[in-house]
Amino acid sequence: MVTLSTLDLGIAALLVLALALLSMRLKAGISRQLLVAAARTAIQLTLIGLVLKTLFANVHLAWVTLMAVFMLLVAGREVMVRQKRRFRGWWGYALGTVSMFLSSFTVAVFTLVVILGDTPWYTPQYAIPLLGMLLGNTMNGISIAMDRLTTTAWEQREVIEARLMLGQSWDEAISAIRQQAVSSGLIPIINAMAAAGVISLPGMMTGQILAGAPPVEAVKYQILIMFLITVGTGLGTLSAVTIGSRRLFDARQRLCLDRLREN
Amino acid sequence: MSRSSPLLQIKNLRRLMIGPVSFAVEAGECLCLSGPSGTGKSLLLRAIADLDPHEGEAWLDGTACNAIAPALWRCRVGLLPPDSSWWLPRVIDHFHDDYLLPLETLGLDPGLPTEPVARLSSGERQRLALLRLLANTPQVLLLDEPTANLDPASTRRVEAVIAEYRQARQAAVIWVSHDPAQISRVASRHLRILGSELLEQDVEGDAWSR
Repeated sequence: MVTLSTLDLGIAALLVLALALLSMRLKAGISRQLLVAAARTAIQLTLIGLVLKTLFANVHLAWVTLMAVFMLLVAGREVMVRQKRRFRGWWGYALGTVSMFLSSFTVAVFTLVVILGDTPWYTPQYAIPLLGMLLGNTMNGISIAMDRLTTTAWEQREVIEARLMLGQSWDEAISAIRQQAVSSGLIPIINAMAAAGVISLPGMMTGQILAGAPPVEAVKYQILIMFLITVGTGLGTLSAVTIGSRRLFDARQRLCLDRLREN
Repeated sequence: MSRSSPLLQIKNLRRLMIGPVSFAVEAGECLCLSGPSGTGKSLLLRAIADLDPHEGEAWLDGTACNAIAPALWRCRVGLLPPDSSWWLPRVIDHFHDDYLLPLETLGLDPGLPTEPVARLSSGERQRLALLRLLANTPQVLLLDEPTANLDPASTRRVEAVIAEYRQARQAAVIWVSHDPAQISRVASRHLRILGSELLEQDVEGDAWSR
């Protein structure tokens, strides 16, 4: 494996800087954002590298749990701010966070214990990257699906209420919208699975191969990860959309759009 | 469930600027509701259909709204909003397969239900929405300006269809209308919203045509 020096990274950074200068010349108005994001990548990843180094040196369930909870809470906030309209009060934060917890944590623990079976099962070298990938993808699925659910319900309030007026239950009245929301949350991972290996080489596999792992081993891990991500995203999206759509109605099955607020 | 109780009874109903109002509608009766725009006539109908949170209670045939499943209540107490909504491509898709639409009674072309909804005029959609509501056979009809988009001939046909349904099924009707002539044609009683109160009016409308 070729070890990267600071100079190597510096050269790559200069390329980003050149891109920023070019876009400034072309008045694309994106160079500032580009540089800030690049700086964030460098700082955040350096920090996480140090954290993981410490974590790997001190294997203890408490540290792994602390790290996992921190990641979950940050992901929960991200889901909340990505929605155009979100639920008022603690629901806005809890719905996404709880759904992610239910799906990502369950799938991660199941994989660590049953499939990987390392001792101890929470070996951070496996646990943290696995959970990270699960959370990242589940977060995308849930935030897209929730955004779709709340935005569509808002726009189609007349249709939902017309269906209620004709004696349909809340469940029937929102069924089409709920279906759209779930599929929009799952489309990215379905597309990724369909394109894997043909159009795109997934990042994790590429990373392992660059790090010197035999391609077939890397591929096996990639297949495992994609399946896990699909299950995690699917479960998380289903639970968020199911609970969220119920929350749009009160006990008398009235559509309660005042439970949403604009972000 | 005693026969002596009115078909629809409203007690101390309150919603935003309306009420508390109390009134009853007997089976086979048509109660017209009038009043300036923005006084909450539509809100009152929505509250009776239990679509909005409200204070007070409504009874259907002696049974409180809260004691009936929400979907069943709205099935029996059917609200026709001023603008109809359609969520499937064709009108016919919103009806049961074997339902025979009485199109000719409303002067509607027999081909309309299989046309894409977007191609129908607002008046056609409004009349088809009335048929969709009646297909549910509600005991109470809450009609929010059901003839607002219609020409005089179609208006008369709609009035006739509703009158026939009301008599055949002994349904109670609450009808929001701005037109004194229409009120005098269809109403057995007439209430006018003034401020937060409902005032009993002459059906012929002398009290407010001045």
